[in-house]
Amino acid sequence: MSIQYRKKALLEAKNLHHSFVEGETITKVLKGVSLEIRAGETTAISGPSGCGKSTLLYLLGLLDRPDTGEIFLHGKEVSQTDDSTRTNLRNHSIGFVFQFHFLIKELSVIENVALPIRKAGISKEIAKSRALTALTRLGMESKANRFANKLSGGEQQRVAIARAIANSPSLILADEPTGNLDSANSENVFTLLDNLARQENLGVLLVTHNPELAQRCSKKINIRDGLII
Amino acid sequence: MKLLNLELAWKYVIGRRRAMTMSLFGIVLGIAFFVVTQAQTSGFEAFFVKTILGTNGAIKISDRFQDMDGTVSVSSVNGKTRFHLNSRENARYIEGISNPRLLRKALNQFPQITGISEILEGTGSLSGISRSQSIEIHGIKIKDHIMVSDLEDQIIRGELNEFNLNPMSILVGSRIAQRLMLKIGDRVTLNGGTGNLQLRVAGLFETGVSQIDKHRAYLHLNTAKAFLGKRFSGSILQLSVKDPTRAPQISAQIQETINHRTVSWQERERVWLDVFKALRISSAITVSSILLLSGLGIFNVFAIMVIEKTRDIAILRSMGFKPFDASAVFLWQGAIVLTVGITLGIIVGLLSTYAISQIPLRIRGIFSTDSFMVNWDSSHYYSAILIAIVFVSIASWIPARRAARIEPAKIIRETL
Repeated sequence: MSIQYRKKALLEAKNLHHSFVEGETITKVLKGVSLEIRAGETTAISGPSGCGKSTLLYLLGLLDRPDTGEIFLHGKEVSQTDDSTRTNLRNHSIGFVFQFHFLIKELSVIENVALPIRKAGISKEIAKSRALTALTRLGMESKANRFANKLSGGEQQRVAIARAIANSPSLILADEPTGNLDSANSENVFTLLDNLARQENLGVLLVTHNPELAQRCSKKINIRDGLII
Repeated sequence: MKLLNLELAWKYVIGRRRAMTMSLFGIVLGIAFFVVTQAQTSGFEAFFVKTILGTNGAIKISDRFQDMDGTVSVSSVNGKTRFHLNSRENARYIEGISNPRLLRKALNQFPQITGISEILEGTGSLSGISRSQSIEIHGIKIKDHIMVSDLEDQIIRGELNEFNLNPMSILVGSRIAQRLMLKIGDRVTLNGGTGNLQLRVAGLFETGVSQIDKHRAYLHLNTAKAFLGKRFSGSILQLSVKDPTRAPQISAQIQETINHRTVSWQERERVWLDVFKALRISSAITVSSILLLSGLGIFNVFAIMVIEKTRDIAILRSMGFKPFDASAVFLWQGAIVLTVGITLGIIVGLLSTYAISQIPLRIRGIFSTDSFMVNWDSSHYYSAILIAIVFVSIASWIPARRAARIEPAKIIRETL
């Protein structure tokens, strides 16, 4: 497979189409979506339920493949690369934050955060040290050795953000990260992501239903019926 | 990286302690029961074989036969293909071996043979002070016979040397002595054959095989020949070999070479050996079912765990874990349970086998023992481990494969 190089945005999607097949029913979810994510910016994707926001996020995060269209990460076309390359890119370049924290309850906070670093082949000691740094940045260092399920919802989401940034990715993809939090915790989480984008020069793509949060992002994309409006 | 998968597996195992302990318990019990039952059945079998080999030897050569038309040899025209068919259906048998000296010479060419004893078998009636009993006479040369049997160890009263020095002495089976109330030095009369013989009891022996102890008595070979009127014929040869397990092959070679009916101990004792084999296989199948059940238990635990951990697997995949890593986490869990299960199973098996070997049990029949016989054979442990590995591997592999097939985007989408 040839890899095309472009000198543009951190992430660029061009004319993405995606559909789900259930039995004989084909549902077209994305009907030609194009967008750009730049480093240091927070981009919000909003729209009604079922419009394809999350699907777009998973395509951009290389968890799924588009039917047609192209995705460029750091200028390289990645939508049709092999599974191994996509897995490595997810580990090194992309951090995910979901609506639910999705922490592994059998692991302590620091072990959860250290997972992507250790997956990258870093030794356990260094990974833990880097995980602690990430937790410190999110004010969670005092809870490092607790089990994830012993934390409050807001704390768990902060740990999930720490895990997303632990391996120093260039892109954070957050799927309604405040959807399950009260307003105070929502504000905290958004501020954290926004600060990370600015201070670390990360690209942050945020799917949200919250119009206030969307309004505060550097860029806002509205999707309806599989198209950007 | 491999260690990371192992660490995750360990955390999951610890996280499901109760379910894993139940699965572990099944493996431990399965391995321990397998080892114990095999140790018992093969223990009795090994003891029986030892008794039989120590009494009747590994191979017996008896009647000479003339191959009338039983052997057919055919060669192809070019001589490359040869057929050699043996059949003893129409062979003519002549009782006893002929020319023992020549046969001995021929048998000395077989390096596997470690001892040859000429025996003359016959029957007679042995009379003590007040009772008499029919007996099976075995005429032997004691120096030869102790090379092919455990007679030296089987003497419970008297001395073999006494027997060796006095050609008119007799060694009597323990049950005969009991019935006729004989003591060492008693005079007995042997009736039958060519007349009566006055003999002195030089020793009592006990083989453990009640049929032998009830009916057998040893005489000097020349005395037996004179008594039975068979000075030049009718005797048989009993052989011992280096490796008794190869007796069937060796006896087939001997039979081909010397044209005498040659029977290995395996052929001679086939009925009992088949009984032991059936018992061993039956217990192995029964006990394997415990391992199978524990394997199913593990499968159940892992299958449920894959369903429960679907979200974890999806999130691990989003972090850069490969499908192989997802399955490796479950395979490692199987390996952890298996390793601990095997270790504990072997320890419990060893201790149980030892405990069983201490249970008093009096058996008098095809052999004699006063305690449970067990066989300390490493092959039982290897077999149990192998069966456990097969069952647990399958039980872990199926859920692991399922874990590898999880599509992260679909799972995360459905969870939200």
